[in-house]
Amino acid sequence: MKALAARRHHRFTPVVIVMFALLVVGGVYAAFAPSSAHADTATNQDIEEGHKLFLANCATCHGANAEGSDNVPSLIGVGAAAVDFQVGTGRMPMQASGPQAQAKPAQMDKTQTRQLAAYVASLGPGPSIPTADQVDPEQGSVSNGAAIFRTNCAMCHNAVGAGGALSDGKFAPPLTKTSPTHIYEAMLTGPQSMPVFNNGTLTSEEKRDVIAYVVEQREGSAGGITLGSLGPVSEGVWAWVIGMGVLIGAAVWIGAKSS
Amino acid sequence: MSELKTNSSDVTTTSEDRFTDPGIPAHKERMGDTDPAAAKRAERQSSALFTISIIGTIVALVVYFAIRPGDSVASVRTANFALGISIAFALLGIGLGAIHWAKALMSDHEIAEERHVLKSSDEDRTGALEALEAGVKDSNIGRRTVLKGSVVTALGLFPLTIAVPLVSSVGNDWNVSKFRHTLWEKGKRLTTDPAGRPVKASELTVGSVVHIIPEVSDEERKSGEWITEKAKAVVLLVRLDPKDLKESEERKSWSYDGIVAYSKICTHVGCPVALYEQQTHHLLCPCHQSTFDVANGAKVVFGPAKRPLPQLPITVDDEGYLVAQSDFTEPIGPSYWERLK
Amino acid sequence: MTTTTPSKAAAAADYLDQRTGIGVVVKNFARKVFPDHWSFLLGEIALYSFVVLLITGFFLTMFFVPSMGLTTYHGPVTAMDGQLMSDAFASTLRLSFEVRGGLLMRQIHHWAALLFMAAIVTHMLRVFFTGAFRKPRELNWIVGCVLMILGLAAGFTGYSLPDDVLSGNGLRITDGVVKSIPIIGSYMSYFIFGGEFPGEHIIPRLFSMHVMVVPALILSFVAIHLLFVVLHKHTQYPGGGRTDKNVVGFPLFPVYVAKAGGFFFIVFGVLALMGATMAINNVWNYGPYDPSPVSAGAQPDWYMLFLEGSLRLMPGQAEVVIGGFTLSLNILIPAVVIPGLLFTFLFVYPFVEARVTRDDREHHVLDRPRNVPVRTGLGVAFLTAFIILAVAGSNDLIATHFHMSLNSITWALRVLLFVGPVITFWITKRICLSLQRKDRELVLHGHETGKIVRFANGEYIEVHRPLTEQERWLRVNFDAHKPLVIEPAEDSRGVRRKGYKQDVRWQKLSRFFYEDRVEPVRPSELHTAHGHDELESESSPAELHS
Repeated sequence: MKALAARRHHRFTPVVIVMFALLVVGGVYAAFAPSSAHADTATNQDIEEGHKLFLANCATCHGANAEGSDNVPSLIGVGAAAVDFQVGTGRMPMQASGPQAQAKPAQMDKTQTRQLAAYVASLGPGPSIPTADQVDPEQGSVSNGAAIFRTNCAMCHNAVGAGGALSDGKFAPPLTKTSPTHIYEAMLTGPQSMPVFNNGTLTSEEKRDVIAYVVEQREGSAGGITLGSLGPVSEGVWAWVIGMGVLIGAAVWIGAKSS
Repeated sequence: MSELKTNSSDVTTTSEDRFTDPGIPAHKERMGDTDPAAAKRAERQSSALFTISIIGTIVALVVYFAIRPGDSVASVRTANFALGISIAFALLGIGLGAIHWAKALMSDHEIAEERHVLKSSDEDRTGALEALEAGVKDSNIGRRTVLKGSVVTALGLFPLTIAVPLVSSVGNDWNVSKFRHTLWEKGKRLTTDPAGRPVKASELTVGSVVHIIPEVSDEERKSGEWITEKAKAVVLLVRLDPKDLKESEERKSWSYDGIVAYSKICTHVGCPVALYEQQTHHLLCPCHQSTFDVANGAKVVFGPAKRPLPQLPITVDDEGYLVAQSDFTEPIGPSYWERLK
Repeated sequence: MTTTTPSKAAAAADYLDQRTGIGVVVKNFARKVFPDHWSFLLGEIALYSFVVLLITGFFLTMFFVPSMGLTTYHGPVTAMDGQLMSDAFASTLRLSFEVRGGLLMRQIHHWAALLFMAAIVTHMLRVFFTGAFRKPRELNWIVGCVLMILGLAAGFTGYSLPDDVLSGNGLRITDGVVKSIPIIGSYMSYFIFGGEFPGEHIIPRLFSMHVMVVPALILSFVAIHLLFVVLHKHTQYPGGGRTDKNVVGFPLFPVYVAKAGGFFFIVFGVLALMGATMAINNVWNYGPYDPSPVSAGAQPDWYMLFLEGSLRLMPGQAEVVIGGFTLSLNILIPAVVIPGLLFTFLFVYPFVEARVTRDDREHHVLDRPRNVPVRTGLGVAFLTAFIILAVAGSNDLIATHFHMSLNSITWALRVLLFVGPVITFWITKRICLSLQRKDRELVLHGHETGKIVRFANGEYIEVHRPLTEQERWLRVNFDAHKPLVIEPAEDSRGVRRKGYKQDVRWQKLSRFFYEDRVEPVRPSELHTAHGHDELESESSPAELHS
């Protein structure tokens, strides 16, 4: 006690007090702020490795400093979520440049993806990767998700997420195998032709409801095989192929002479 | 080789240089016709098929009472499948059994039946004419033109007594001027569809799309008339980079900082135009693929629509929420004859 | 030894006959002869599908509520729980998920509707290509075309009943099409919907049409259709012993009672299988109708795709404003003019053909399609146009499935719609003429046996087996119509004949039909072509008129 009191008027006292206050405030904030950061926090090493990966795989199109160019968007401010989505679904690195980025087997493994995401996130503030809670379908309302999906998503992705056509060869892909995290990230960042559904227009809970709906559709149909869930056209094709096919076969059998 | 006839182009030659009909082909015996064992086999096969049907019916009844649809997709699917398959067996068994019996066991000797000329005989025709003439004579209608005219007019007019009330009532108030007005008016807030949350301009980032309905009370949104009003009032809100937005002089005040609002009802035949492609700023209608350029007054760039989407003039109120400045300045949706009048 | 059973039946028959005179009907109909060919069963597929529709439809009417009154759904469909929806939609969900057998009946009903229209189209194609619409069956052809249109109406009103987003958007499109009609369009829209779209009346109105008006009309027209078949007796394919004055086949009782009756059970059974295993029209995925949402892949049932494709292909510039009034040709042409042309072609065809042949005989023996090349070509051309329109209606699904550009597909089909039918007409006509020539060759020279014989002088010939009488008869028993011959323009005294110009036009059309033709082989030609009975040498074939 005496030692502490003796140092009360030390010239570094204000510095210590401010540091202490910052620590307390920061700690309180970290404890109570809504967690939109992912579970593993990016380390400096991640950012460094990510930078190396970036230069090797992305800089040729996106520029050495991710500034982009005429036909290539800048990545400053797109956030970790965008990178996790694009790289995680294999869309990036892109097969060929154009408005449609095809999903394909991911070129980077999970660690590399995380490192790339960390690097891009370090370039400027942007949407971060969602937590497991935020994308847990069990916690979402299927009914609310259905209503939101119908109004905002079905016109491109089809009523149950079987995919749909856009103009000039572009398309909205099927959602039947997309992971909940990637669905969340796509809504949040608006990749390629997809519009942006930030957390102001579609809250985080509403996004989780949409995920719950999309995942529930994977149980299939109560009526039997889904025939691709493509609607009346596929139903018409099968009515002809199976219905008329079998019945014409039966008619031929009926009209044929018996042995 | 061809003889010319004045009226008919028929080829029936007068010189009978045509092959003759060899008659009905000889009857070919089936196995069952000559071999009693084969016939017995066919009988057993048919009976077996009928028995399958009986089993199918019993199984269907058991399934109906034993298997409930339940609460899950899988249980409903199972119940549907089990009931349907057993019913199918019940039906197919009868069909296949009956046809097999007809083909294998029933007599298949072909029979020829005469056709008779459809036209009535001359005496029948004369008789018919005479009957009609007698009837006309008995009716004493003679040259009574007023009688003829009045009965025809009366019969022709009376359906109006039913048709006019029917048609008129079915059309309700016939007030087609309602097509010109929607719920939008000065100061009406833009709210999200379907939740009804007002939208702040600051919430939208470039590339955002929000589906919009006008602000209405909860009761109104649950009423029977709401859908009819919504069918005219739905709007698509898009935020573009102001650099990309091309606006005409008089429309510059209709947008707010790159945020534009257009009617969501296609000007072709009325589907919701909802597919917004962020990179091209094109709005694609999924019904017939009319494509509108949001960055350029929503004019048509492809497809069967002719007119651009009507634009809703918007601004922000003092709390930062997006509001309409007025109703649409033209009727929304598909064209109709008097829409410009 | 007498048993009681026969006399009970006899007593019953006597009771009935004394009050109805039914004996003569039984006498005439029990052994009525029907010819046997599988293609004659296509109309039955349609008829039996209709019966299945009535049976399953009745089941559905016990549970479906045709009302647009709003209700909040609470039930097993999790995606719909707590949602506000119309009674029509809610009752569809309940009968699908809470009524035992409800989903099965609904699925059978919808598959049967699709099959009904498919069978009508297939049956109509058979009737067209075999010329069964010729006298005396022209009226029955008209009845059949009307039945097809009634079928379209039944399907359209039916799939709109659940009041879901997909069919609701279809109704919106209908409203848009109706509004485009000049002068009266907006009033017609008000008439149909009882006010502005969608209003609160359309579902109960469609229900009344779908359950009462259209089925009553279909039943009446089907009755007339079948009455004509009984009156005219059925047509038959050409063959030995089959003429325009007889009908060769099997008796109604027992053979056709078993075959046709059995076929009903097969059609019903196949439909039950489809309803049990293949999901159709899952309206809970589309959601209750709301004018805001729409799903990718928004199409009507297959039989309406030709209208949908028509609307998709038409370019938009065609809308014009005349004196302040809007004339939406971009909608009127695809939705009114094109279907109008297609249906007019169907309705008038028998009469056009009758006029260009001046053939007023009764025809009960069918044509082989190859023997009427232009008719067959026209039929294929029509079908090509119909299929191209249906493909156009599915253009977005084709784009996603085959990774093509939606816009390119639309452009390609715009061109193909006009070019395609011309090409397929030409190809079909040429194929028919070639098949006829092949038939001539076959009759004149017989089947190639593959046996080669070498003569002593070194000549090689292939042995041909002459056709049997039956085989030959099939290939020679047809008439090759010639183009019309018309009276000259001026009569013997030099006076111009009235109606000459019209006759010339009909003659030109007749030439289009019959100028290119192949005549059937005559015995004299066969005689010249023959050398000996067993061995044939490849002498020059008889002159072919083409």
